[in-house]
Amino acid sequence: MTEPVAGARPGSRDDASVGMSYLSTLPQRLVTLYLPLSIIMIVLLFPFYWMTMTAIKPKNQLLDLDTHNPFWTLSPTLEHIEELLFKTDYPLWLWNTMFIAVSATILSIIASVFAAYAITRIRYRGAQWIGGSIFLAYLVPPSILFIPLSTVVFQYGLFDTPFALILTYPTILIPFSTWLLMGYFKTIPYELEECALIDGASRWQILTRIILPLAVPGLISAAIFCMTLCWNEFIYALTFINTTSQKTVPVAIVTAFTDGDQYRWGSLMAGALVGSLPLVILYAFFVEHYVSAMTGAVKE
Amino acid sequence: MNQSTTWERLRTNRDWLGFWFMLPTAAFLLLFLAYPLGLGIWLSFTDARIGNPGSFVGLENYEWIIGDSKFQTAVFFTILYTIVASVFKFAIGLYLALLLNQNMPFKAMVRAVILIPFIVPTVLSAIAFWWIFDPQFSVVSWSLRQVGWIDGNINFLGDAWNSRWSVIFANVWRGVPFIAISLLAGLQTLPPSLYEAATLDGATRWQLFRHVTYPLLTPIIAVVMTFSVLFTFTDFQLIKVLTNGGPAGATELMATMSYNTAILGSRIGEGSAISTAMVPFLLAAIMVSWFGLQRRKWQQGEDND
Repeated sequence: MTEPVAGARPGSRDDASVGMSYLSTLPQRLVTLYLPLSIIMIVLLFPFYWMTMTAIKPKNQLLDLDTHNPFWTLSPTLEHIEELLFKTDYPLWLWNTMFIAVSATILSIIASVFAAYAITRIRYRGAQWIGGSIFLAYLVPPSILFIPLSTVVFQYGLFDTPFALILTYPTILIPFSTWLLMGYFKTIPYELEECALIDGASRWQILTRIILPLAVPGLISAAIFCMTLCWNEFIYALTFINTTSQKTVPVAIVTAFTDGDQYRWGSLMAGALVGSLPLVILYAFFVEHYVSAMTGAVKE
Repeated sequence: MNQSTTWERLRTNRDWLGFWFMLPTAAFLLLFLAYPLGLGIWLSFTDARIGNPGSFVGLENYEWIIGDSKFQTAVFFTILYTIVASVFKFAIGLYLALLLNQNMPFKAMVRAVILIPFIVPTVLSAIAFWWIFDPQFSVVSWSLRQVGWIDGNINFLGDAWNSRWSVIFANVWRGVPFIAISLLAGLQTLPPSLYEAATLDGATRWQLFRHVTYPLLTPIIAVVMTFSVLFTFTDFQLIKVLTNGGPAGATELMATMSYNTAILGSRIGEGSAISTAMVPFLLAAIMVSWFGLQRRKWQQGEDND
């Protein structure tokens, strides 16, 4: 990336406009910055506010927009969430989602660590070419693969088991995390590795004792991003799993909570809210890692 | 060292070592990605059904889908959806990135909050949109009625063009944070001295953007937009949840149509033909990315590593 040019004030490195923001006055900033920013943020966050509101409203207020103002409620209730957690299979679906996401993430990270290390450091014949084809694999979308993959999953005898998802999700995760980890491994100086080689360390020792401890931020970024992708995945989960008790949250919630025309909006919104919370909490703890994973994969 | 054993060679030879390290990745990608990809193309030339491998029928499936008016509508809407949503995502995302790049209180928190729509699973936020777009109990219709702008409820998902704009809106809503945060990361690497120099030379705000920010940002824009176009073109979840292709196929995408044909309708051959037909479009998008990356190398004046 571009280095800051010599002579730029050191304090202004992380923000391009900080050096000149004194040029605009407060009323100006109000119109050009705070107003549009607030509008965009309200639009971006409103669906979540509405989701939460619906999930805690009593049933009689849900469909009655005229006697109660729909934007808030004076008598919040946990009945929808309680119903969801104790009267449906929801905890089971949540467990399925988490189990599949964690297993697929672990498998993918292990495979990608080896692949990324081999491509960047062992540099066997054709490493460049393999690196390029892994990037291409990243560009193959699940929506053109799911039909043949469903017949393949059936052939392998995995249909309608969690393994159908645990083994297919890595095809989405490995290209992404290999690409991300390659970027991290490249920043680790060769000298460290050469020293270790001279001291008689094997490739395995170099990888586990030197490279991995230095690449921990990259591993965290890759892992949480993989978790998010698994949680978000829909088309494979919809196609490969038939039994209701085996489903993941996104699939179960659309197929199980929509009985006929009378949608149970309270439960649906409670389900969407509870299903999103684990990811939002994970995100809150690792914001920086998230952003570096997202932008890292794009910039490499 | 004289006679090295086979085991010794397997353990230390560069190429063999590389092979062992690549094995897990190669196994996953060959078994669950390369093989199905090839199989999909083969299936598109057969009359396979669920539970029946079918036999080779040549281009029959392609002839059938090209003549099918539902397929033509799906192609039309997929292209419209991709172009309109990408243009809006790019414009709003770039604008938002420029806003976020300014100095303001609670900067870190605002940036963190912006990304939430991208973190929450698409299906779950699509369910929220489904409720917001309800024909009878939509909070948007209610608010507009209170203000007095409309008399009756808006039929968001029941009318062909209304539903098209509604799903495009939901897609833009979901895609803007990704583009904004990626472009913001690019903006933060631009050197402030360029802006100071341009300001001293009397450049206006617009000139600063047009002649400093935009040219320096093009490499990142190229990559981000390629990804965005790719994911929009192959979108499935949003449509499946919000409209399921309706009303009367108006919001059917190629991805949802292939699902309905192959999985629900059991006609695997035709379904595969529809998804294979998406490949040329995807290749076109990848070419754009490739040229974008080329340009980046040239701008930085260094070799690709």
